Parts: sequence; structure tokens; C-alpha cells
Amino acid sequence: MAIVMLIVATLVFFITRLAPGDPAAVMLGEQATAADIATLRASYGLDKPLPVQFAYWLGELARGNLGQSIFLQRPVTQALAERAEPTFFLTLFALGIAMLIGVPLGIVAAVWRGRWVDQAFSGFAMLGASVPSFWLGLILMQIFAVGLGWFPVAGYGDPGVPLADRLRHLVLPAIVLGVVNSALILRFTRASMLDVLGEDHIRTARAKGVTERRVVLHHALRNALIPVVTVLGLTFALLIGGAIVTETVFGLPGIGNLVVSAVLRRDYPVIQGALLVIAGLYVLINLLIDLLYLAIDPRVKY
Amino acid sequence: MLRIVEKSTLPRALRLAVVIRGLRTLGVAVVAGTCLCAGAIAAPPKGGAANLAMIGEPQTLDPMSSTADLVGTIMQHVYELLYTYDANSNVVPMLAESMPAVSRDGLVYTIPLRKGVKFHNGKEMTSADVVASLQRWMDMAPRGKAVAKEIKSLEAKGPNTIVITLNRPYAPLVAHLALSNGFAAIMAKDSIATPLTQFIGTGPYMFKERRPDQYVQLVRFDGYSARSEPASGYGGKREALLDELRFIPVPNANTRVEGALSGQYHFADVLPVESYARLESAANVKPVLTAPFGFPYLVLNTKQGPLANVALRRAVQASLSNADMLGAGFGDPKFYSADANHYAKNTPFYSTAGTESYGKGDAKRAAAMVAAAKYDGAPIKILTSQQYDFHYRMALVMAENLKAAGFKVDMQVVDWSTLIQRRNDPALWDIYITHSAVLPEPTLTPPQLGDGAPGWWSSPAKDAALAAFNAEADPKKRAALWGNVQAVVFAEVPYIRVGNFNSVTARAAKLDGYVAMPWPFFWNTGLQK
Repeated sequence: MAIVMLIVATLVFFITRLAPGDPAAVMLGEQATAADIATLRASYGLDKPLPVQFAYWLGELARGNLGQSIFLQRPVTQALAERAEPTFFLTLFALGIAMLIGVPLGIVAAVWRGRWVDQAFSGFAMLGASVPSFWLGLILMQIFAVGLGWFPVAGYGDPGVPLADRLRHLVLPAIVLGVVNSALILRFTRASMLDVLGEDHIRTARAKGVTERRVVLHHALRNALIPVVTVLGLTFALLIGGAIVTETVFGLPGIGNLVVSAVLRRDYPVIQGALLVIAGLYVLINLLIDLLYLAIDPRVKY
Repeated sequence: MLRIVEKSTLPRALRLAVVIRGLRTLGVAVVAGTCLCAGAIAAPPKGGAANLAMIGEPQTLDPMSSTADLVGTIMQHVYELLYTYDANSNVVPMLAESMPAVSRDGLVYTIPLRKGVKFHNGKEMTSADVVASLQRWMDMAPRGKAVAKEIKSLEAKGPNTIVITLNRPYAPLVAHLALSNGFAAIMAKDSIATPLTQFIGTGPYMFKERRPDQYVQLVRFDGYSARSEPASGYGGKREALLDELRFIPVPNANTRVEGALSGQYHFADVLPVESYARLESAANVKPVLTAPFGFPYLVLNTKQGPLANVALRRAVQASLSNADMLGAGFGDPKFYSADANHYAKNTPFYSTAGTESYGKGDAKRAAAMVAAAKYDGAPIKILTSQQYDFHYRMALVMAENLKAAGFKVDMQVVDWSTLIQRRNDPALWDIYITHSAVLPEPTLTPPQLGDGAPGWWSSPAKDAALAAFNAEADPKKRAALWGNVQAVVFAEVPYIRVGNFNSVTARAAKLDGYVAMPWPFFWNTGLQK
């Protein structure tokens, strides 16, 4: 894991610096002269050779310091911690919605393969995968926030509001992400269930007179879960890493929004720190998925 | 002069009341009892919190270090200036007691300060705070550094007076001290540091909290020392009626529109012109059109490349159809005006000098000019960005105009961060597109009127015209002298001012007392229950 993270750190640092653009110029505004920009660059050490900057960054990283945001003027770890809450809950809700839609519909589509329900659900999956999340977000916003007034349009609550009120702001974005991501889960569940439903042990179970409900939910579903869990895990990691478009449309101060803003502002420490943390989470979630296989399927051994 | 248009859906009698309140705001006396309607006017209520949807996260909260509009818009509530602008773009005193006493030779400015003005930390403002603040501004602010070249000394004369001595007469000094953009904010001396860690000013609102990408929260300063003159523009009496201001970054323009329509935001800044009709038809929102708000302009590289040749720059100017570019950028003519003159007819700096060269898309004439200038076929590198979509749309029209005149074009679409870095290298571009707010003093923008800005315009004609303009203190004579500067800009084409554009914002119908200005402010503004 340490080697993976070192490779990621190196790539992130140099790829970030390959992009043109300058945080000092963005910060100072239209009237800044080249001399003003150079002075600010020097104050952040951006005038030093790249290898020197990289060595310094790695040194700080080894001490657990992700650096200081140029733009936000606060430690990167603090900036990430502040955005962890909305991103975490949004991911949780979105994944919950995606799972609640994708898994049952996938099972039903597999059981009634080729019938109208299968075609309807597969059509829904295609639609869900093709609808742009910004469009769906704006439509839901117009209906449920502007029209009906049930939910706030955007943001993450006024200063000092309780957690429940902040979470209300996540309902619409979670539905958008849930619907969009449910398509993939539905298709994986359907495909995996179809594979398992065609296997010998299912035929045996049916021949033994086991009810169809038990065959599907006990004998087939458990065996079909491994690819589904993999997709769920990857979707979770993807959402943690940044539901960028949705967070931007709904003005959520999450990690995706932070990364996009940092890229536009060329806030190198934030880009590097955030990508490193996201990469770490990916590795961790993959590890958790592998461990989960053990619980789901006793035949799996490491 | 700035023109603010608000569609009114109020009954006629109420409209009359609103007009009278507007006249009051403009400082026009309305004698109590002379009109029956006057009694119906209720002052904006006190209390409540306003959610203000802004275009993004401010680059910094240090009002001196950035000339970004957003920074000035927020921090003008916390910090004040010695002077400011009224509704008619006149400079009026704010923390200064009165206009400066200027010596006969125009070199010494004596500025009396108001007494009893409190900072947010409870201490009284003195000349020591003002000198320390102005010194910091001259040391670090892009605008301040430019002014510092003109200043010989800055000193306190007693606790309530400061004296600024110039190297040579420099008429724009007070205009610089009045501008709330990259501004000469007066700070409590003991809070001054770089970077700023405390934001201690004298404004009607105090800084409370910043949560990046969530909000900047300001709260009412109960110890605020208001001026006694009636409110006018940024000037006169300021009163914090709202308990709290929340500047919320909402980068997506459509989200700002929906938020305003749903009532979540009481104000939404810089909205797409396409949203105007929807806002106009909603009962709970008022669209506000600020006209003119700003001007798009093209900077030409006078230092290197094909456009270092002034004859080719003139050919570029002749080839462009400014009206078509504005149409592509802003759609409905309601949102732009193809004005050749840099300042509108009813302003002090109106002039038509040189405007016969304003581009009308004369491809035939431009082609002849290109041929006469012995153009070698080197591509004209246009640098543009999609961060501001009107820049990109205008650049597309510009490219076609240039091709029609015989230029080869190399259009480079980059993100804004890349553009503002690359424009500092004269080898990388020939034309880039940007925009600016319309400012009341001509030399405040664009930066190409100063020294060293990208484009690197430098010429004896420029120096002579600007020196004469900057040295003249008499407003009437300055108007004619500005015409000379404008004529040099048309003749040497260091930049092309395409025209003016208007901005669309929205305010909640219940946001009372709001007066639209280019940098929106929310003192004297209340929320109806």
C-alpha cells in the first residue's frame, strides 16, 4: 500500500505541475503586475525548482502534513475535514438509494428475463446511465425546490443549523446520484443473477421443491453478490472521490467541489492532498471489498 | 452614468411611494406632509439574515491584495475608505471629514478625519491607523503600488489629520482612495499583518466566520458611526438593518437563478441574461438590470509578434464588427450597447474623439490595410477562455472577422488560470479577451493605461496624453483631456473596447431598500417579514 501511495504521490505532484496556470495570478486579480505575481509566488515557494518543491512536500507528507492551502490559507487536512461531512452523508444516501433501486430491480429483471418487466427495467437502466446528472439535478430542483418548496435549492444549511437540517439539503442531490448510479448496479445484479440462475445447484434446489422465493433470495442472490458488492464498493469510492457535477449544481461544499475549485485556482497543495486522500480511500475500500468476499462466500480464501 | 432598471409590478399609488423613497435615497428632499403618499412609506425593517448568492468563493478576504470584484463586494461591508462614490459617481467623504484641502500647486493633500469613529475592536480611529493602512496599501496592493509612485510622503498631522505630498500633480489620487476594489481600506493599526488574520474595520458589519465554499458570515456592528448625510450610492448614511449577511458561493449560475426563484436566496449576483424573462414573471423576485455594468475588451500585444506593427493593429480594429461580437456575447440588445465612446453621454468623461475608428466589420477596408502593412501571414494567436462564456462567443466572431480581412487565426481556448498566466509571456499570444467593470475614473481601468500590464503598451503619445490628464485637477478641463487619451487609444490600438454590457441580478421582492450598484451592498437594506 505504501508503494502504491508513493507512486500516486509522485504522479499527482508532477501531473498537477504540468498544467499551465498560476495560483498567484488567480489570487491577485486583473490589476496585478508581473512583479506582484512573482512576489506572491516566492512567498509560497513556487519559484523554487520542482525537485526541491517535491522533496519538501514529501518530507512534510512523511510527517503527516498535507501542506497549507494557498487559496484558503488553512491546512489541507482541515479543508478536507470540513468537507468530509457532506460528502460522506451524500455518498451514504446516494449509495442507499442506488442500492434500493438497483438490486431489487436487477433481481426482478433477471427472474422475469425477456418479459416486459425486464425490458422496462433495462430501459430504465439505459435511461439512468444516459441522463446527465446536471440536467436531472436542475429538473428536480425546479419541481421539488422551486415549484413545491419541499427542499432547499442548494447549499448545506445556514450557519449553526442542526445536522438534520443540513441533511435535508442532501435529499435532492442524493436522489440524482442514486438514480444515475442505480443503473450500473441494476445491470450488474441482473447479469450476475442470470449467470447464477442457470447453474446446477439452482436446478437441484428447484428439483428438491424449494420455493421459488427461497431459490432466488437464498440460493441465487448470495452467490450473485460478489460482482454486485464490487460495483457497490467502487461506486462508494467514486462518490467519496467527488460527485463533482452534482456537488457543483447543488452548491454542496463537498470534496468534489473542493477538488474542482482547487484545480481552477491551481491550489497545488489542495489538489495534491485531496487526490492523495482519495487514492488512499480507494485502496482502503478495495481492501474492505476483498475482506467482504470472505463473509459472503466461504469458498474464497486469501 | 449608471442606469438601474427594475420592472415594477406594484400598484400605481405604491409605485409613487417607491419613487419618492428612491428620490430620498438620491438625496432629493421630500418635505413631510407635502404628499399624502409620504406617510405610507415604511422604513426597511430591522433584523433578520440575508442569504446572498455570489459567483464563487472569494480569492481572499484581504481587501487590498486582490482586485477581484467579489473580494471588494464582501469586504466593503467590513472596511471603509476615506472617500467613496455617490449615486452620480461623484467622490464624497466617508471616513474623511470632508474633501481634501489641496495646495495651489496640487502637490499637498490635507485630509481631515472624522472624530469618534470606532473600529470593531472598540478603539477609536486615529491618523495613526489611517497612515498605517495607506502605507500597507501602497506597499502591497496592485492599485496602491501604482499610486505609491506618485507619492513623496504620507504623514499624520495630529490625531485627526493626514497629509499626502505628491511628487507631481496627480488628479486621480482621490478617485483611487475612493474605489472599493483592491482598496485602500482603513484598518485598525494593531490588526495589520500580512497575511491578515483579523479583519478589524469600521464598517457597519463585522466579520464573524468564513467557511470556504459555504459562506462568509458578517454580523451587524452595533458601535457603527454613521455619517449624517442622506444615503446616495455608496456614500452618506449607512445603517446595518439586517442582523446578518451571508455571502454564499454558488458557482453555478442556473442554481443562483433557481435559488432566487425559490426564495432561498434574497439576492443572486451575475445571472444569465436568458433568465431575465423568468425572473420578470415571478412574483417573489425582482430582476435588476445594471446598465452599463462593464465592458469587454481585447488586449493586443504591442511588444512582440505581428501586432507589434501598429498598422496591423489598426487593420484588426477596422475588421471587427463590435456590434456582432456583442450580439454573440449577450444576445438581446437589452443587455448590451455598441458604444464607441468609452464613457456615456451623460457622464463627465464623455467624448467622441477617435470614435470614427470604432470597428464596424469593414472587411474590404481592413483587407486593404492588411495588404498595405505587408502582413507576412503569421497566425494571430487569440487567447480566450470558456470560464466567461461571452468571451468565447465573442472570440468566435472575432476570429471570423479577422479571417475575412485576410488574417490567419490561431484560436487557443484555455481555462482562465492558464490565460492569466500565459498573457504575461509576449511570445504566447497576440490578442486576448477579457472584461472590466465600468469605473468612474478613466485611469482606474483597464490596466493597459498604466505601465507594465500585458500588451506592454508604451508610446510617447500615450505618455503625453496621460500626463496631461493626470496633472489636471479641474473636472471640466479633465473631460477634454480624457478625449485626447481616448483618441490615442483608437489611433494606437493597444486594446479594443468592444462596447458595454449590462448585468442581470435578482433580489427578493421582500428585500427592501436595496439600491443596485456595480458592487452590490446591503447596508440600508432590510427584509420585510
